Amino acid sequence: MIRKFISGLLGLVATASANADWQLNMPVGVTELSAETHDLHMMAFWICTAIGVLVFGVMIIALVKHRKSVGAEPAKFSHSTAAEITWTAIPVLILLAMAIPAARTMIKIEDSRDPDLTVVATGYQWKWHYRYQDQDLGFYSTLARPSLEARQLGSPVDPFAVDNYLLDVDRPLVVPVGAKVRLLLTSNDVLHAWWVPDLAIKKDAIPGIVNETWFRADEVGTYRGQCAELCGKDHGYMPVVVEVVDQYEFEQWVADNGGVIDETVASNQ
Amino acid sequence: MSTAAADIEAHDDHGPAKGIRRWLFTTNHKDIGTLYLLFSLTMFFVGGAMALVIRSELAQPGLQFVHPEFFNQMTTMHALIMVFGAVMPAFVGLANWMIPMQIGAPDMALPRMNNWSFWILPVAFGILLSTLFMPGGAPASGWTMYPPLVLQTGNAFPFLIFSVHLMGISSIMGAINIIVTILNMRTPEMTLIRMPMFVWTWLITAYLLLAVMPVLAGAVTMLLTDQFFGTSFFLAAGGGDPVMFQHIFWFFGHPEVYIMILPAFGVVSEILPTFSRKPLFGHDSMVYATASIAFLSFIVWAHHMFTVGMPLSGQMFFMFATMLIAVPTGVKVFNWVATMWKGSMTFETPMLFALGFIFLFTIGGFSGLMLAIVPSDIQYHDSYFVVAHFHYVLVPGSIFAIMAAAYYWLPKWTGHMYNEKAGKLHFWMSTIFVNLTFFPMHFLGLAGMPRRIPDYSTQFADFNFIASVGAFGFGLSQLIFLYVLVTAKRGAEASDMVWDHPRGLEWTVPSPAPYHTFDEPVHIDRTVAFPENP
Repeated sequence: MIRKFISGLLGLVATASANADWQLNMPVGVTELSAETHDLHMMAFWICTAIGVLVFGVMIIALVKHRKSVGAEPAKFSHSTAAEITWTAIPVLILLAMAIPAARTMIKIEDSRDPDLTVVATGYQWKWHYRYQDQDLGFYSTLARPSLEARQLGSPVDPFAVDNYLLDVDRPLVVPVGAKVRLLLTSNDVLHAWWVPDLAIKKDAIPGIVNETWFRADEVGTYRGQCAELCGKDHGYMPVVVEVVDQYEFEQWVADNGGVIDETVASNQ
Repeated sequence: MSTAAADIEAHDDHGPAKGIRRWLFTTNHKDIGTLYLLFSLTMFFVGGAMALVIRSELAQPGLQFVHPEFFNQMTTMHALIMVFGAVMPAFVGLANWMIPMQIGAPDMALPRMNNWSFWILPVAFGILLSTLFMPGGAPASGWTMYPPLVLQTGNAFPFLIFSVHLMGISSIMGAINIIVTILNMRTPEMTLIRMPMFVWTWLITAYLLLAVMPVLAGAVTMLLTDQFFGTSFFLAAGGGDPVMFQHIFWFFGHPEVYIMILPAFGVVSEILPTFSRKPLFGHDSMVYATASIAFLSFIVWAHHMFTVGMPLSGQMFFMFATMLIAVPTGVKVFNWVATMWKGSMTFETPMLFALGFIFLFTIGGFSGLMLAIVPSDIQYHDSYFVVAHFHYVLVPGSIFAIMAAAYYWLPKWTGHMYNEKAGKLHFWMSTIFVNLTFFPMHFLGLAGMPRRIPDYSTQFADFNFIASVGAFGFGLSQLIFLYVLVTAKRGAEASDMVWDHPRGLEWTVPSPAPYHTFDEPVHIDRTVAFPENP
């Protein structure tokens, strides 16, 4: 164990500069709404940074100048109505400036009308089941074999040797690029949550309730996420993988898996 | 009985009883305050040990030490113990010690109930900790106890509910005692608005406790009947609604968050003026800001649940209400900065912890504001960003304020100055390591790491390793505090004032404070005792 710890420490130092995976920020993602969410996040971040620089700046000036060791004499003032009104009013205006664009994006997020494709995702302890409503196609999606072997307590398999450790499944959700995919979420047992950061989607899967959300991926690719609501011992082992492919490939995939191609989906593209 | 009458006669100057009886049967607010504080410290180390189990497992990808089910038990127990066993009792302990002394009261208004409300706690936590050894292990559903998962708890389930009930009863009795004491036992010249900020924040906190602890009791009772008596409050199969639990829980849970931070605001508002040698800026607006925060805390609960599927209008309401909290919280921070401005500051340990609080709590406040923005929150929710946020407001927030309070009033309690060098070392080590632990968690959350997982994908490895190093550093730094406490009576004798002309009635009595203080209504020299106020 100690050896592993030390090698981890050395590995950290060695790879610190070379490692491209030091992701610091929220991904911009591949949907219009993920980009907007990223923008809102950055706006809030920079506003907070500006306020922080201001407040901490004044504090630091006070800490340097108004200390007894440099001979500062304490002033006597204990209130200023003007100052207090100012620093109540200005934050209200800043908040309004943040709330309005946020509300605009929220309205778009909730607009799941006219989908091109509807998938029902059902959470199970501890896997996902996807059912393509119009294609008459359904399957379970569970943690991929290599991750499953490496994740056991005391497993001889090194997680670093596994591609996409814990973020890979046997059968991903496949959707066409550019299509508005409506996701209906529910659960068979306890609460789960379906989260893919690149799609900016996180929604709870709740037994007895069908939740609705949607995304339109603009780029072909594989996007990975995880269950985000504690659902028992294997909560960390039920990843979500979405493969966004072009329309032709999607139809091929549906046919290969015994599904039915709905003409309306094709005609929308 | 004649002996009872004789006891009452002799009541004036009796000292503490001898041995264990002193602590078991005490009705003295100072003894009970000490008991609360020592209990809290014990739980702080127990919960901290569990945090270190968590951070050990998370130091590297792959499972090295514990099974996932035990990992979940650790996260659940860590939270329950830190929230109900460490932070809340610490503030109740400070309230017991300081509120009577700050308002010129001889003791708490309901001393026997005071004894009872403390002694329930060791029983409650004894029960909770015993679940670790039960078939099926300790509760593993997170401290939020969401159904249906919590109903999968093994034999520990009824014990979890029972211990939560006991904690609630203890808190409610403590809150009643504090309210009655503050409203009835002030020395006549101590009008409400003249009260020190610590007393004010606790008065408001006590009302929050009174309002929400019964709600938690109701929620867990419904869990109990769902499990054992065939009801289906939260079971979809029986027509119930699992989301309703979350609404009820967070109606308790959000005010609970402020229960853990408002007294911290009070502590900082006491310490800052002392070491700035300048009265607290905007005492009255601090009171109004505290009351506003308390009111708002009742109408923001659903911001913990933006991903459960709520109507758009509901989401909007909870977003706007949540953002509004930034206004009174901002007022507080600005007032503190204005208190420091043009002061004559010195940097003893209590001041250092108070300053650390202002800097780092504000960072937690910023991430809180970011979390209010619904679209971003959908990304942050249940990720390590949230873990970073609430640990920033709870560790360098609440815990730092508790540490600040302990150093500030320790000489008044013991009659001796603590070891200042060790105190400063404790502060700097804590500050460095608390940031090393929790700051990288922001990055982990933004990069997509969910909370409450025992293992993670390899791209999260580096920041997790740093956080684990920080956690062990922070844990070990707290041993310095233990050293300060053990050696607390070895320092020079403390004067009555202890510090450089602090304001407040507690500094008008000798150090250590006599077993009984303020047997008669005390006249207040306004230049000494009142916060600067007409």
